Amino acid sequence: MSDDIDMTRRILLKSGVAVGGGLLIGFGLPGVSRLAQADAGAAPFAPSAWLRIAPDNSVTIIVAKSEMGQGVYTAMPMLVAEELEVDLNKVRIENAPPGKEYIDPLLGSQATGGSTSVRSGWRPLREAGAAARMMLVAAAAATWKVKPTECRAENGEVIHARSKRRLSYGQLADVAARQPLPETIVLKEPKAFRYLGKPIARRDTPAKVNGSAVFGIDVKLPGLLTATLLRCPVLGGKLASYDAGAATAVSGVRQVVQTEDGVAVLAEGFWAAKKGRDALKVQWDEGELAHLDSAGIERQFEEASAKAGAVARRENDTEAAFRKAARTIDAVYHAPFAAHATMEPMNCTIDLKSDRCEVWVPTQAPAFVQATVAEIAGLPPEAVKVNVTYLGGGFGRRFEQDFVAEAVRIAKQAAAPVKLVWTREDDLQHDFYRPAAYNKLSAALDSKGQPVAWRQRIVSPSIFKRAMPQSLEGDLDASSVEGSANLPYAIPNILIDYVMLNPGVPVGFWRSVGNSQNGFVSESFIDELAAAAKQDPVQFRLKLLDKHPRHRAVLKLAAEKAGWGGKLPAGEGRGIAALESFGSFVAEVAEVAVSQDGEVAVKRVVCAIDCGSIVNPDTIRAQIESAVAFALTATLKGPITVKNGRIEQSNFYDYPLLRIDEMPKVEVYILPSQAAPGGVGEPGVPPLAPAVANAVFAATGKRVRRLPIAL
Amino acid sequence: MITFEVNGQVQQLAIAADTPLLWALRDTLGLTGTKFGCGVAACGACTVLLDGEPIRACITPLSATAGKRVTTIEGLSRDSSHPVQRAWVAEEVPQCGYCQSGQIMAATGLLAKKPHPTDAEIDQAMAGVLCRCGTYQRIRKAIHRAAELKEARS
Repeated sequence: MSDDIDMTRRILLKSGVAVGGGLLIGFGLPGVSRLAQADAGAAPFAPSAWLRIAPDNSVTIIVAKSEMGQGVYTAMPMLVAEELEVDLNKVRIENAPPGKEYIDPLLGSQATGGSTSVRSGWRPLREAGAAARMMLVAAAAATWKVKPTECRAENGEVIHARSKRRLSYGQLADVAARQPLPETIVLKEPKAFRYLGKPIARRDTPAKVNGSAVFGIDVKLPGLLTATLLRCPVLGGKLASYDAGAATAVSGVRQVVQTEDGVAVLAEGFWAAKKGRDALKVQWDEGELAHLDSAGIERQFEEASAKAGAVARRENDTEAAFRKAARTIDAVYHAPFAAHATMEPMNCTIDLKSDRCEVWVPTQAPAFVQATVAEIAGLPPEAVKVNVTYLGGGFGRRFEQDFVAEAVRIAKQAAAPVKLVWTREDDLQHDFYRPAAYNKLSAALDSKGQPVAWRQRIVSPSIFKRAMPQSLEGDLDASSVEGSANLPYAIPNILIDYVMLNPGVPVGFWRSVGNSQNGFVSESFIDELAAAAKQDPVQFRLKLLDKHPRHRAVLKLAAEKAGWGGKLPAGEGRGIAALESFGSFVAEVAEVAVSQDGEVAVKRVVCAIDCGSIVNPDTIRAQIESAVAFALTATLKGPITVKNGRIEQSNFYDYPLLRIDEMPKVEVYILPSQAAPGGVGEPGVPPLAPAVANAVFAATGKRVRRLPIAL
Repeated sequence: MITFEVNGQVQQLAIAADTPLLWALRDTLGLTGTKFGCGVAACGACTVLLDGEPIRACITPLSATAGKRVTTIEGLSRDSSHPVQRAWVAEEVPQCGYCQSGQIMAATGLLAKKPHPTDAEIDQAMAGVLCRCGTYQRIRKAIHRAAELKEARS
């Protein structure tokens, strides 16, 4: 029994009477973040999420998490319903309003990203459900004047079997609110789970198959105007002058306004706003980056790679190991800028009044939205109400506040509520791109072909420098080296350093962040070393992973399920890669077919994931399928390039996404585990590019060192 | 004034005839289930049926719909009971969900012509409808399932 599992744990809960009656339990999201645990000792406990059981039997979780396709609006109710002993379908979820009380301790902000939602909610959501259940049982026992141990909670009711009495949670909620919080919380044994670990249908599916799900772009308000914004096409450029004559003449256009972002056209509907924008005559001050191009950026990277960077990891004496090496291998790897290309273009709806403001926005970071709007509108944060809609994709793009800031600046000059809608061209040309990266690697091998030293210099723009400079450690951006600095292989001498180079292309968080480029580099280069040693890529890796059992397990499972070592027709090949990210371990085997003219088709991807305790296996499978498709686009398609300071790509005809006929068969195998849950939304991305690149090598003998793959 | 039928109801709209059907549906008629993704018929998020044929509403001027029947996701069924919608629920297709109206309408158009499409026929009919969440594998399964559901119903 694990009944005493929580005896030593400090219980971070608060309870009371809810507004409108019923039981309210406030809980924190501790237990995952070292920072949060340290804080909990010092500061008085403040809840960051709430569970409400109302007299009408409704059960509501209030938590600051955005649904962007990752299934969090299903996973969180599952965690509560499991322990509360209530029908999952009775548990509603409400997106919490911005406020510091809703901060995610893993992220240090009120946001959705970093694959943290289930990781930070795993214990607290279950504990809140269990505490509520115990208080409801206590309330029933007090009402019936029996011992709580004679009562049991089942399906939204407390039952006293001997006397055949039963009361619903709603009937008990008010009495329960006056019960003391339990001193110890007993969580269920995994074998007793009714929901957790089972494939549960997503709650948001019905609304997403009949057109009723409201995304940000769908928000309707009386008198609402649609705005389009013309921005300088050159990175860092500004408006010099404009002539709005022809634009204002367009039927339906109400207003043309200049803001620090460019020129906005406000109209009755998108089409008039777009026609008005097309009719604007604008002169730009193109600024300092007017001559920037991709070749120049690559030259900057190459030059910067000559200098030593900030050390991300140093083990022993790499230089000495190279001097003694039987053989050395050198390689340069390139990863391009990549766009998020969420299917729903950026948008933000604002109803700005003199003393308050209401915002409707598909965002991953409502607290940042509140702060952004408050600052630009000159309002106190509490006067800004943020409504988070469904997100038509996030992938990190919707952390950003650019489209929110633009919308407020337009709204300040508008007499009506405004919905700013970006076009696809706006989206692809004004993104915060996945950073391009230039990697210089060398490995030293001993006489048996075993690697004894690994030297890697990563040159890349810094996301932290722009977005969160307080997180920089000197010149080291941890997000720029993740996926390489945590190289798991037992290589005695390692030196990985980072040279920050910011050529002026805006960079941001892109699904799995640095892991996506660095995973490609490190898992491709280790494959090069296996080939140099004339060893099987799986066996070569396993030999270097003695101290990493979870890593080994996913590698072995993926290889086994893929039929590793089995014959494939000529022109086809298998490649493998495995990486740990966001607390989960993922190995992927890709099977590719390379045509005579060098076209790469990925036919099958076999994935093994160890993400710790499993909440909803179908969501895990869906997220891996999704990660494969997302990463495959960046492996085979793109890149984002720059010419004359402008992003060259403008729509899906020149920035294509993976299509259904290019989708490989994806098989997902989930390792059973009782470990704390890891992330699921992102960890499937990093191994894909190297698995495909390594498969291309197996099929053709050609080593892929530049993405997207072009043979 | 352009007269056409949307989901079984006659509509008369006095807006610019060059307005794409997409914006007439979304901004004038308030039918926001049909989505804007690219504006150039390159993503399929705006797919609706025009006299039963899947078309891209973002490049179809309103004038081209005069006298014709438009079916949007809202017109498929009021209660998600259409076989394609049921199949989409059963296979748990949507993730972010933004492209799914277009996917479902394209699939509905396909099944009207080919009651039992092969994988290759599905790929051909659906290749123009992009999903950034990568739900393609489930879309394929859901179309096969919808074909079975339709047969069982008829």
